[in-house]
Amino acid sequence: MPRWGMVIDLDRCNGCQACEIACRVENNVPVGGPQAARENRTIFWMQVVATTHGDWPDVRTRFLPRPCMHCDRPPCTAVCPVRATVIDAEGIVAQVYPRCIGCRYCANACPYTAKSFNWVRPSYPESTQPMLNPDVSIRPAGVIEKCTFCHHRLQKARDQARAEERPLREEDYVPACADACPTGAITFGDLDNPEHRVAQQVQDPRAFRLLEELGTHPKVYYLAEER
Amino acid sequence: MSDEIKIAHLSQDERVLLRPLVRTTRWFWIWFALLSAVTAWGAFAYYLQLRRGLGVTGLNTPEYWGIYIICFVFFIGISHAGTLISAILRLSKAEWRRAITRSAEFITVLVIAFGAVQPVLDLGRPDRVLYVIVNGQPWSPLLWDVCSIGLYFTASSIYLYVPMIPDLARIRDLQIRPTWLYWFLAIGYHDTPRARQTLQKIIAVLAVAVIPIAVSVHTVIAWIFALTLRPMWHSTIFGPYFVVGAIYSGIAALIIAMAVLRRVYRLEAYFKNIHFNNMGLLLLVMSLLWTYFTFAEYLTAWYGGEEAELATLWSKLTGAYAFSFWLMVVSCFVVPLALMSRQATRGPGGTTIASAFVVLGMWLERFNIVVPTSVHPRIEMASALYHPSWVELSIMAATFSGFILVYMVATKFFPIISLWEIQEGREEAVHEVAERVASYLPDKVEVGT
Repeated sequence: MPRWGMVIDLDRCNGCQACEIACRVENNVPVGGPQAARENRTIFWMQVVATTHGDWPDVRTRFLPRPCMHCDRPPCTAVCPVRATVIDAEGIVAQVYPRCIGCRYCANACPYTAKSFNWVRPSYPESTQPMLNPDVSIRPAGVIEKCTFCHHRLQKARDQARAEERPLREEDYVPACADACPTGAITFGDLDNPEHRVAQQVQDPRAFRLLEELGTHPKVYYLAEER
Repeated sequence: MSDEIKIAHLSQDERVLLRPLVRTTRWFWIWFALLSAVTAWGAFAYYLQLRRGLGVTGLNTPEYWGIYIICFVFFIGISHAGTLISAILRLSKAEWRRAITRSAEFITVLVIAFGAVQPVLDLGRPDRVLYVIVNGQPWSPLLWDVCSIGLYFTASSIYLYVPMIPDLARIRDLQIRPTWLYWFLAIGYHDTPRARQTLQKIIAVLAVAVIPIAVSVHTVIAWIFALTLRPMWHSTIFGPYFVVGAIYSGIAALIIAMAVLRRVYRLEAYFKNIHFNNMGLLLLVMSLLWTYFTFAEYLTAWYGGEEAELATLWSKLTGAYAFSFWLMVVSCFVVPLALMSRQATRGPGGTTIASAFVVLGMWLERFNIVVPTSVHPRIEMASALYHPSWVELSIMAATFSGFILVYMVATKFFPIISLWEIQEGREEAVHEVAERVASYLPDKVEVGT
């Protein structure tokens, strides 16, 4: 059984936000526009968080792409009163939109603020409407949504592999953000499969996870010389 | 025969306490209209929210919870007025309870419904609220909450109803309208010594049973916050801290209700200065307990010095939420302590003023718990200040007015002071207490034996 995980090399990330855009297009993440930005209601499945440290002239800004961490011990699934967010056998933390009651308890329980709430009905500019992805359902107002590691791509890749009567290969299943990253900072694969690149990368001395001390066991690893 | 004539020949207690059931003043209708208007306005605001979704609130990311959850904690806290205080006073045989238990129990039952509805108002998909039962996930503290509040509501309703049966039977026998209502509610009770004895037994059992249930309710509400890993929510003392705060605000709400009832129904003879004095002392004790818990909570966060905790802590002490924090300290500590530690200010006026501050302060306490933590997630991100929208404020106003409205109407159908318990006090308790005190003293030994 695979254990899907992601490695993001922060030393390669230049903050271009291509991952954000690729994710938005792939997953039909609504475009909130300036109003949502003003109200702090923009929905992000993948968000490049910029943090600036130090005082001028000793200033360093770091970019940190933040998808859902797909924790092995997710705090969000425990608190959901209706099993609308669950972790599957391969470690992907899913959100069940038709079941979510919109209480936002999972959003509060997530230490990474990886969950977004649909405060309003999702809207898409007319120009992007023909490009909506038919593989991903559009969420109604009033439910939580978040990164799924592009789970629909896994389903498709698996079907394809089965049709061709061959096992699933590493390159068959790659989320949109990893696909789009121009510097190759994002890699994806099975953390338990020693032949996958991610399994090797997490051995890197630069590897760390966000808020590791909380014991959530995230499956998103970061690589950085300096934390 | 009009109902007013029916009670004209009764004893003084019955005449005074049944008068609100048979006579309604103009002022009642004026307040009734005013409160109905506010409640209707809130209902309209909720209709808009249903149509347009939670976008009409001031909530955002990461400020996921706001006014509704604050009011949820606040109103369920107020509900501890009745059942808990009344049960404790009954069990400890505090004789001064007789006049105040009924009004306290009514607060509990009515306010709990208004509190319990708040999380439903807060849902993104209120149409799916029953999923909590159909798809219930037993590890979720929200589910524990549904259970404990459901149990508390049931138990408090029974605990309100059972001690009211003798009064309902008396009203039925007096043929006060609506006769069918009292006939139905009195369930064929006849006030024989045996029936009274059975009733007393049931009340005693209920009084013991409701205490752990009441404690569980606010503990579980605290756990909703404390069981997450959020800074300044993740605290082991949140359970007892919330229970103490709940009892504190409950006592304050009860004092205000007593002061209002005393004035509008001319109940000075029943809600005496001694009642306010004693309630004031309870308020003082709870004020000190609350302050102790608050101090312990903040000291731990500060001394530990964890970065994420400090961000939330300083936003309360000196940052964006300093005003609401220090106003809370003044309202819940300085004012009640100053007023309630002097006998001269423990009269009806002083206790009511202190209580008004406590109610305000306890609302702010819940605000200070919910909002500053929300806007300081562990992963730094852009956050906006939370400004509740008019929809949220209207619904909050409607919750207050709706509660006052149903409480007002309840006093028109049910005696707000327990008739039979007052009579029992006059007939039996004086003698009983004298005997009890005598039993505490050393037995007299005849000299020379």
